[in-house]
Amino acid sequence: MARYAMVIDTKLCIGCADCVVACKTENKVPEGLNRDWVVEATQGTYPKLETEFRSERCNHCSNATCVTMCPTGASHHWNGTNIVLVDPNKCTGCKACISACPYDARLIMHPEGYIDKCTFCHHRVEKGMDPACVSACPTKCMHFGLLDDPNSEVSQLLRTRKHKVLAPETGNDPNVYYLI
Amino acid sequence: MLNQNRGPDGVSMNRRDFIKISGLFGLGAAAPAMLAGCAARPLPGQGEVVRTPTFCDMCFWKCAAYAHIENGQPWKIIGNDDDLHSKGRLCTRGTAGMGAYEDPDRLRRPLIRVTGADGLQTFREASWDEALDYIAERLKKVEQRHGADRLALLNHGYGAHHFQHLVRAFGSASIAEPAFAQCRGPRDVGFELTYGEVIGSPERTDMEHSRCIVLIGSHIGENLHNAQVQTLADAMRNDVTLITVDPRFSVPASKSKYWLPIKPGTDIALLLAWMHVLIDEGLYDRDYIERYATGFEQLKRHVARYSPEWVYLETGIEPETIRRTAREMAAAAPATLIHPGRHTTWYGDDTQRSRAIAILNALLGSWGRKGGLYNKESVSLPHYPVPEYPEARSDFRAAHAGRFPFANSGVTTAVIEASVGADAHYKAWIVYGTNLPMTIPGIRPTLQAAIDSLDLVVVVDTMPSEVTGYADVVLPECTYLERYDDLRNSGERVPSLALRMPVFEPRYDSKPGWWIAKQLGHRLGLEKYFPWDDYAEVIDWQLKQLGSSLEEMKRIGVKNFPRKRPLYFAPGQDVRFFTPSGKIELYSQQLADKGFDPIPEYTRPESPPAGYYHLNYGRMPAHTFGKTTNNHLLFQLAPENTLWVNPLVASERGLVNGEYVRLANPDGVVSNQIRVRVTERIRPDSVFMAHGFGHRSRKLRLTHDVGADDSELMTRLKIDPLMGGTGMRGNFVTIIKEAV
Ligand code: SF4
Ligand code: SF4
Ligand code: SF4
Repeated sequence: MARYAMVIDTKLCIGCADCVVACKTENKVPEGLNRDWVVEATQGTYPKLETEFRSERCNHCSNATCVTMCPTGASHHWNGTNIVLVDPNKCTGCKACISACPYDARLIMHPEGYIDKCTFCHHRVEKGMDPACVSACPTKCMHFGLLDDPNSEVSQLLRTRKHKVLAPETGNDPNVYYLI
Repeated sequence: MLNQNRGPDGVSMNRRDFIKISGLFGLGAAAPAMLAGCAARPLPGQGEVVRTPTFCDMCFWKCAAYAHIENGQPWKIIGNDDDLHSKGRLCTRGTAGMGAYEDPDRLRRPLIRVTGADGLQTFREASWDEALDYIAERLKKVEQRHGADRLALLNHGYGAHHFQHLVRAFGSASIAEPAFAQCRGPRDVGFELTYGEVIGSPERTDMEHSRCIVLIGSHIGENLHNAQVQTLADAMRNDVTLITVDPRFSVPASKSKYWLPIKPGTDIALLLAWMHVLIDEGLYDRDYIERYATGFEQLKRHVARYSPEWVYLETGIEPETIRRTAREMAAAAPATLIHPGRHTTWYGDDTQRSRAIAILNALLGSWGRKGGLYNKESVSLPHYPVPEYPEARSDFRAAHAGRFPFANSGVTTAVIEASVGADAHYKAWIVYGTNLPMTIPGIRPTLQAAIDSLDLVVVVDTMPSEVTGYADVVLPECTYLERYDDLRNSGERVPSLALRMPVFEPRYDSKPGWWIAKQLGHRLGLEKYFPWDDYAEVIDWQLKQLGSSLEEMKRIGVKNFPRKRPLYFAPGQDVRFFTPSGKIELYSQQLADKGFDPIPEYTRPESPPAGYYHLNYGRMPAHTFGKTTNNHLLFQLAPENTLWVNPLVASERGLVNGEYVRLANPDGVVSNQIRVRVTERIRPDSVFMAHGFGHRSRKLRLTHDVGADDSELMTRLKIDPLMGGTGMRGNFVTIIKEAV
């Protein structure tokens, strides 16, 4: 399986949510819904504080429970990669994937009756472009690429920088990494 | 305590709230059509895509961009890679620009105020001809009875150029923008007094090369001044030493090596203590000061008494921290930037605080040096040939009435005051792109008195903002995505021009500003100043003088030009500054001559009365003040502002995260309701809220009555005697729980 990863530098992220608007406009996400979001996590007591901003979305898990749990095969790994997509033609809107996702990364119901979620912008990746959120981020704290290629920017960053993933204990093998 | 919040400013973004939010949009809302169909929708970008260059108008930064239409529907706006001014990327608001075009609440047709038989005043829709004739007729009367100089233009934004041209051609030089006396005026005057040059916009900061950056009350990252954010991020990538002075654990504070949670209002004391340490420990740039500056001995004597120990008692910043941060600055100098900030109208001694920042930069030798403040340059762009403007009988200084000797631009509050009463100086206003009642604290009563006195008030805007309610005539301008404006040409690192051109036809019956100005010009007999049929002719003519053309710019959007002067001073270079002495004026004779402190003095701020808190305010990344809160894309991100309170305050007052409260100030003003956000990121003696909410205009259907307006709580204003700035930070509030 070709593995695409997103690597986000929390040291640079300012929580501006440009990534959220860029995704909404690029992907024509319906009013009131979004495929990515920003989390602010503050620890400590005034004045000894630490604040981390994180842009979150589907983790495009290599071992995706949403894919396993989908009864119709609508949720699938795209084209031999880790990119998880939902085929609207097969999706019945049963919501099994929503409860199966440990990251709460699935939108409930596109108004047209299927589950919608982050696609890693595979329509751009196919053309060799970065996902829309990555291209928009004004601090350039987001990176995208192939983990299989040791020379890719994402591989290099993960080799040289301290990082984490969210909820590693689930065994889902997520592919969105945070530099810390 | 772990405090997790989804969404900017801690407002939770509920991704499952489809019904509720979409329910806010009536039929005919202009969201991109979701073409129904049971099968998969086509992937974005597979249809017929048209790409048009523009530069953004969601704030004043003017980032070059490409707007995309797919199958005739608005799609997206993305940065223009060739634009160094924005480094090819837009900010959150710029990315949401389509929301401004799509806003169903936009002004649609000209409106004229009428009084009904019952005495009630309302607006009625009018044709453009009728509205323009109405304005021209009244302006001619003002000219005949009082003189053309009695017309004032109150303006904001790039599109204002067309109206500046109109007003000058008419014979007035009274032009004022709140961006001066309610925002960056003190900074520009403070630096001009010191270096003979302003900081300007974009700021001439060389952050990508800085080794040390000091932010004083500047929350870059929460304000999204695009290249400021990007160059600060570049600096962070280069491991800059970041020092942030802020009563709040702001976004840049959270990225800083040193966060100095200063007691509000004591910044000048800290700046003087830093100077004290640099001079006392011999850490300042001796060669630079000898070569370029004057008044060092006076400065040295002046700061001798501001020891870190004394200043600690004022600011709450430990003496050791003051010394250590001063040494960090010196170690990185001259690649050290004491950031000049932007919104600087705080306590009424703001020009002096900006002077202190300017002087500290001089001691570090950073003006004109790599990593400090660079020499800016713009393109020499010829003006389209029109006759000279007539000499105006008076200018904006008429409004200042001998006050504010260092105001190099009109003070909007003074113009408003000089419009009150039967014998007032001003008789007519054009208000362009500035929502006065929410921009200027406490102005509503004076504004009301002024419009009762004025013969004519014209408001040109795209949205039914509060100020439109004060107008005799409202003219609906189309948005930046539907018009030509002047080429962008700012002083900066690499001179460049950018094109704004129509992406769409104007919606409804709105019109471009250039067209409105020209139509008024013709009706006022000023045809010779408006010899074009379409503004495209002006732009094309200008571009052709430089060997380019409109046709070329329609393809590329942005054109960069080579610099003619170096970006930095050469080592040992002789420099003549544009000050009276030709030197950097650490001691200002100009100020002394007019009876002001020649070197900044510290005045102790008032403390809040018992039970009250400092009212601190600022920006949030999702919005440009109140200008964007009705934009559906940005509303979804941040529908309301929140009141930041420290957990100690919350427990003392029994406040729960997310509950609504109101704020009251000592003068009895009570705010709209606002949600509490309990966070450690703020001092217990202060509260904080983002500015731009609490709109009262019912016509702004999304944002009407949502959140609280900080500016109405500011009833104690401290006016800067040097330049007329409105000091907004000396206000206190207490918290009232809503009855349950
Ligand atoms: S656009 Fe970039 S900086 Fe802004 S919130 Fe998203 S990841 Fe963070
Ligand atoms: S990768 Fe694409 S779909 Fe996923 S969050 Fe980013 S922009 Fe949205
Ligand atoms: S900084 Fe943002 S809002 Fe301002 S002009 Fe640039 S993209 Fe537009």
